Amino acid sequence: MAIEIDDHQQPSVELSKVAVSETHGEDSPYFAGWKAYDEDPYHELNNPLGVIQMGLAENQVSFDLLEEYLEKHSEASSWGKGASGFRENALFQDYHGLKSFRKAMASFMEQIRGGRVKFDPERIVLTAGATAANELLTFILADPSDALLVPTPYYPGFDRDLRWRTGVKIVPIHCESSNNFQITPEALEAAYSNAEAMNIKVRGVLITNPSNPLGATIQRSVLEEIFDFVTRKNIHLVSDEIYSGSVFSPTEFVSVAEILEARKFKDSERVHIVYSLSKDLGLPGFRVGTIYSYNDKVVTTARRMSSFTLISSQTQHLLASMLSNKAFTENYIKINRERLRKRYEMIIEGLRSAGIECLKGNAGLFCWMNLSPLLDEPTREGELALWNSMLHEVKLNISPGSSCHCSEPGWFRVCFANMSELTLQVALKRIHIFMEQLRSSTLASNQDYSGCRFLVLQVARQPI
Amino acid sequence: MLSKKASCESHGQDSSYFLGWQEYEKNSYHEVQNTTGIIQMGLAENQLSFDLLESWLESNSDVLALKRKGRSVFRELALFQDYHGFPDFKNRLVEFMAKLRGFKVAFDPNKLVLTAGATSANEILMFCLAEPGEAFLLPTPYYPGFDRDLKWRTGVEIVPIHCTSANDFRITACALENAYQQAQKLNLKVKGVLVTNPSNPLGTTMNREELSHLIDFAITKKIHVISDEIYSGTVFDSPSFTSISEALMEASSDDADVCNRIHIVYSLSKDLGLPGFRVGMIYSYNETVVAAATKMSSFGLVSSQTQYLLSNILSDKKFTGKYIKENQRRIRGRKEMLVAGLRGAGIKCLKSNAGLFCWVDMRHLLSSDTFEAEKELWKRILFGFGLNISPGSSCHCSEPGWFRMCFANISQETLRVALRRVEALVESMDSTKASTLRNATSTTSGAGGDNFNHHHHRRTVRNSRRSWSLSKWVLPSPYDDHETADR
Repeated sequence: MAIEIDDHQQPSVELSKVAVSETHGEDSPYFAGWKAYDEDPYHELNNPLGVIQMGLAENQVSFDLLEEYLEKHSEASSWGKGASGFRENALFQDYHGLKSFRKAMASFMEQIRGGRVKFDPERIVLTAGATAANELLTFILADPSDALLVPTPYYPGFDRDLRWRTGVKIVPIHCESSNNFQITPEALEAAYSNAEAMNIKVRGVLITNPSNPLGATIQRSVLEEIFDFVTRKNIHLVSDEIYSGSVFSPTEFVSVAEILEARKFKDSERVHIVYSLSKDLGLPGFRVGTIYSYNDKVVTTARRMSSFTLISSQTQHLLASMLSNKAFTENYIKINRERLRKRYEMIIEGLRSAGIECLKGNAGLFCWMNLSPLLDEPTREGELALWNSMLHEVKLNISPGSSCHCSEPGWFRVCFANMSELTLQVALKRIHIFMEQLRSSTLASNQDYSGCRFLVLQVARQPI
Repeated sequence: MLSKKASCESHGQDSSYFLGWQEYEKNSYHEVQNTTGIIQMGLAENQLSFDLLESWLESNSDVLALKRKGRSVFRELALFQDYHGFPDFKNRLVEFMAKLRGFKVAFDPNKLVLTAGATSANEILMFCLAEPGEAFLLPTPYYPGFDRDLKWRTGVEIVPIHCTSANDFRITACALENAYQQAQKLNLKVKGVLVTNPSNPLGTTMNREELSHLIDFAITKKIHVISDEIYSGTVFDSPSFTSISEALMEASSDDADVCNRIHIVYSLSKDLGLPGFRVGMIYSYNETVVAAATKMSSFGLVSSQTQYLLSNILSDKKFTGKYIKENQRRIRGRKEMLVAGLRGAGIKCLKSNAGLFCWVDMRHLLSSDTFEAEKELWKRILFGFGLNISPGSSCHCSEPGWFRMCFANISQETLRVALRRVEALVESMDSTKASTLRNATSTTSGAGGDNFNHHHHRRTVRNSRRSWSLSKWVLPSPYDDHETADR
């Protein structure tokens, strides 16, 4: 194609506002850090001075279990010798999804919740990832310029997923460190009033439980309060439980499904759960998300809308096989939990010995680190300056709280499950030295962290 | 309690297109187990060449096992969620697309955006090119799914470009202009034209004249053109396929800027027969559109497991060359069988050279030149003769009496059975025509349609030489005491 485009010509027809808006959010530091990593990625042997990626909430600790399963069960990846297996699967584009897969998914979700709740496969709607599930629910529950209330700090991707193409707004429910960032009835009411004052119609509350970026589960009593709140206001509740399988201890997670069952499903038609295999199974590339709704109309509509975002039938087939194998899933859930807990304890201990405290967490692939004592000024700028140093001097890409809309500066999300144990130790060592240098020098008061320039070199030379 | 989008009907699921599907689901034909069931001829799937893919899979089992040269690539794939897509896969796709166009054009993989099916691709383009309330012009008849895909969540309107049988449904400069004026009258700002080439449901490829009108129109009105070329691999006869990308090369001298407004949609659902794998794509000459669409594809990425499999299949050039040719040969064979069978029953089709269906002229079987009569006929064919075919009205055709019949999603034997039923239908029409003339009270209302079936059912059973074949699949009328069709 040899068409030359003249750069000086004005485009003669505009694209939509959506196409040119910034609401995809790709200009935030969240993504800038990613870029720095891409340009200089750490590698144990080939690039020991590179940037260590601690901004990516991926679960890489349990792949061996999946690989072992696939080795033993080749039928999951293929379609058997019979003629009909492949073609049936290749033709299958029914938006109800493969029945065997929905059943396996429902059963997996039940197992994660220790069998304390039941999920009906007929209420499961499949989507290409939780990204799609959240957007889809937003299209269904709210009209353009309506709002969803979301507790801060929250996953930066929500700014795009919930708002970009839907035209829906996010009004924050401010949470504070004074009570461990728990959602309070006062904060809920304040957010609601805030929206009202701006003449914005609130259609629902969206929580992430366990929370990203806090790495903590929401307590039962808080869930009850949230549910009472949405019932009183007659709005929806979306509970994104994407990290439910990553709770370190099996008894500490309470799903909103349990609250509903305890209340015999009264008022449950306003509740919708989002789930995905991206975090618990570590399969973000396979694009497997689901919506579980207690509302029949939402199920029907979501199912039809899922036409825009169906899961590859090849992938449904693979995962139906894997997830309906109870022996495999029980073992996987157990071992995955233990390994995540071990990683969590390693990072908490490593940070503590460097003099850094984190929010007490019990789930997820990250911890919520408090660096506010290090800030020269307790402002967003102060936080970003520190973040910059962490990125360029200490060579760690971590996520600043401001990108998660945290109302208090100085908090950072640090991922620990997307790297080897060895790499984690290197990262901890770098932090250790960084903190030592801060304590022993007066550079911190000038917000000049350039003394850390040789930090990574020092770490690289040290035995772990 | 729910949004307006959730409550409205724009998902289009209440149209006959979907109702016929539902009836088929309740009572599906099976060669052995249910020979009186409904034969699905409303589904444009390609089931003709699976054996070729299956034999490839058998010789390449390591690809399925997610291995490359004996080494597992599982981890890599499991983590790969980059919305730029697998570079290797995109390279193979643009090569494949170029091959389908006889290498008359070349495509740049950096302008390709992967999406979960063409359904997603078309919707994403709407989001990128139009505001809610703005319009796209579409030539009729068009794929019924567009009503949902282009309008539902985007709020974009469709204004039809009326095409008629007078000139084989070709798009004329006049029709384009009329549609544009109509949009103006409705106070709708037109952002572009969306064509399907080869056409669904016509099964024809656009000729150079049409393409030239289209591009001139886009230049004059300064609007976009989306060319959905999802059936580009199903062209089995001359004239050969001319993609908009080719036409663009010729037009570029008139206005270089127009290529910023040309976008192609493609998918592997029809050519390779893999609708379940959700592999669609947008090819745009506009970098801003590519950038925005790439980000939007986050909402519908292609599974990395599937990208890996297809990347490997498409890299086998010997296989793809063989596949394309053989697939086209088989499609042509089926089409000829359907056309000949219909001709034998006195039914003509639009002359076609592509697609997985024929555009069938049943105007002479209508009781009147109206859409009500078309609906009656459709119901009669569905409930009386067990064939689910798509009525032209569901494709927004401006003339009643045309139907789309798919031929590539059933076996040859099933097609034969379907053709026999068509013969029976025509015979029953011949005899009922006589009794209709005698019966001045024949109704044309919807409810009357059922009475029509029942009323004439008894006569046709008496009159038809093939009464045995009618009673097998004529559903019991509401006046009988039999069980209903809800089996």
